[in-house]
Amino acid sequence: MRLSRFTRGGLALFATFVVFFLIAPLLVIVLFAFDASNVQTFPIHHWTTSWFSVAWHDPAVRGALWLSLKAGVLATAIALVLGMLVAFGIHRFRFFGRDTVSLLLVLPIALPGIVTGLALQSAFNLAGIPFSLYTIVIGHATFCIVVVFNNVIARLRRTSMSLLEASADLGASPVQTFRLVTMPMLSTAIIAGALLAFALSFDEVIVTTFTAGAQNTLPLWIFGAIRLGQQLPEVNAVVVGVLVLTLAPIAYAARISSGESVGKSAGSGT
Amino acid sequence: MSSLTSPATPLTDSQQGIVLRGVTKRFGTHVAVREVDLDIARGEFFTMLGPSGSGKTTLLRLIAGFEVPDAGTISLRGVDVTGKPPYQRGVNTVFQDYALFPHFTVAENVAYGLRVRRVPRIQRNDRVQAALEMVRMTEFAQRKPAQLSGGQRQRVALARAIVNEPEVLLLDEPLGALDLKLRQEMQVELKRIQRQIGITFIYVTHDQEEALTMSDRLAVFRDGQIEQIGPPTEVYERPATEFVASFVGTSNVIVTPAGRAVLRPEKIELTQGPPSPGHVGAEGRVVDVAYLGMVTRFTVELDDGRSITAVRQNRSVGGEKDSLLPTSEVTVSWDLADAFPLATTSGAESQPG
Repeated sequence: MRLSRFTRGGLALFATFVVFFLIAPLLVIVLFAFDASNVQTFPIHHWTTSWFSVAWHDPAVRGALWLSLKAGVLATAIALVLGMLVAFGIHRFRFFGRDTVSLLLVLPIALPGIVTGLALQSAFNLAGIPFSLYTIVIGHATFCIVVVFNNVIARLRRTSMSLLEASADLGASPVQTFRLVTMPMLSTAIIAGALLAFALSFDEVIVTTFTAGAQNTLPLWIFGAIRLGQQLPEVNAVVVGVLVLTLAPIAYAARISSGESVGKSAGSGT
Repeated sequence: MSSLTSPATPLTDSQQGIVLRGVTKRFGTHVAVREVDLDIARGEFFTMLGPSGSGKTTLLRLIAGFEVPDAGTISLRGVDVTGKPPYQRGVNTVFQDYALFPHFTVAENVAYGLRVRRVPRIQRNDRVQAALEMVRMTEFAQRKPAQLSGGQRQRVALARAIVNEPEVLLLDEPLGALDLKLRQEMQVELKRIQRQIGITFIYVTHDQEEALTMSDRLAVFRDGQIEQIGPPTEVYERPATEFVASFVGTSNVIVTPAGRAVLRPEKIELTQGPPSPGHVGAEGRVVDVAYLGMVTRFTVELDDGRSITAVRQNRSVGGEKDSLLPTSEVTVSWDLADAFPLATTSGAESQPG
């Protein structure tokens, strides 16, 4: 489709505005993280990196970071195992209630976090399970499974069945086929799924609020610190840290799952 | 020339390639393959021909081991392999979509079968090299499948199968995705390779010309059963049923004093005077003329209302088409010996042309 110069110019301007409004608030935080002043005002007169040092040496921040990392890694690990198994099962077999399982599985990401959080809290209370790292992990795993599942099943659906048949035909046992064909075909989808799952877990607030009890994950600490309003520069520094920690895996995941030909069936057509 | 229709003639042990007995496969209520008996000799180029849904591909998949028959036995060189998984059979398949592993190079694809069977690396490299040479793909060894054209992928798929030195090579419409020119090239190539390595080829196609060109013998499938089996000339010249007559080439079904008979269009003479001596014929009117390059095809409506298709070779430049125009009155005639009688089956009226 050909657009007139005017239309194209207008679209470009509009797109620039959208991106600006998305990015500008982030830039504000990043800038203030380097502001030496305690009170955030423009223009910034004195630049400093000391807030990062303050944040890094704050035991509360350290504890929260450590808890967030543990929860993220564990939730991702659980999501990987369960999400892959479900994806294989649903892709491979036709069984009664298959569509229902599929739908129920992606529900946590569609439901408002507050519903999932409240439901989990009530369930934990009812079962008499005290809040701990593990209740956080379970809460996060509910939506982390979805990303892994979605990534893996999308790849499986794009993978031609005849590749597996070809492998068996050439003499490979089912285990060899899994190791030499299935896993390499899925590897980037799995990595992308895991990175997204970790990123989701790492900055999750709502479900965590309901399942963390008295502990603070990093986002919970930030949330609390903002409300107290005493340590805003330090919060900014922490937020910049979170930003980097979540953006990096997401960017990498996006790169490996788009700019590659592995998932496509290279066999078909010309 | 062999007998009229060749029933499964018993083969001696040394000839025996594949033996199918009473093989049946159902998918739900649909019977895809119905009690098929089939003997394929070692070293034979055997084609399974039929329209889609006739059961030819299912039978190929049964031989490969991707499907398990509901009844019957499949044996390979006298060994029953009916219940064995694909990786325990001495057969390899060339898939319709080639099914090359996208994450491996051409060389790694070809080496795959040897690798999973733990053939020592040095031997492996030599055999991969030889297989790539056979399909003329040596220079592409380090490419990924995505970097190859359709014809090149086809060759790699072939090399990946034959490198394992299977007793039987199964080919599932391997040339279906290629354009006509490339397809004809690959037909010649496949025949050359088959002669060179001397193994059994079982070839599935719905292209009757391909089947006639390449096969030592072919089987025509219909509704999960073999309608006729025999060498190409026999199947073409002496179709057993109207279905075979209409599916393999174009044919006219005529009524002779002896019953119904098949008459191929190229055996019909069109004249504007009396027919050649010894010919029988009928009067009619040309209703359609189609110039096909090598030949011109005429559709003639006979005075009794029946329709006959005849072809003539275009021997002189432009002459044939002009000689008989639509609405020309013609005499259609043929040698009675060229009309091949059909077995009296309750087959539906075939469509000439």
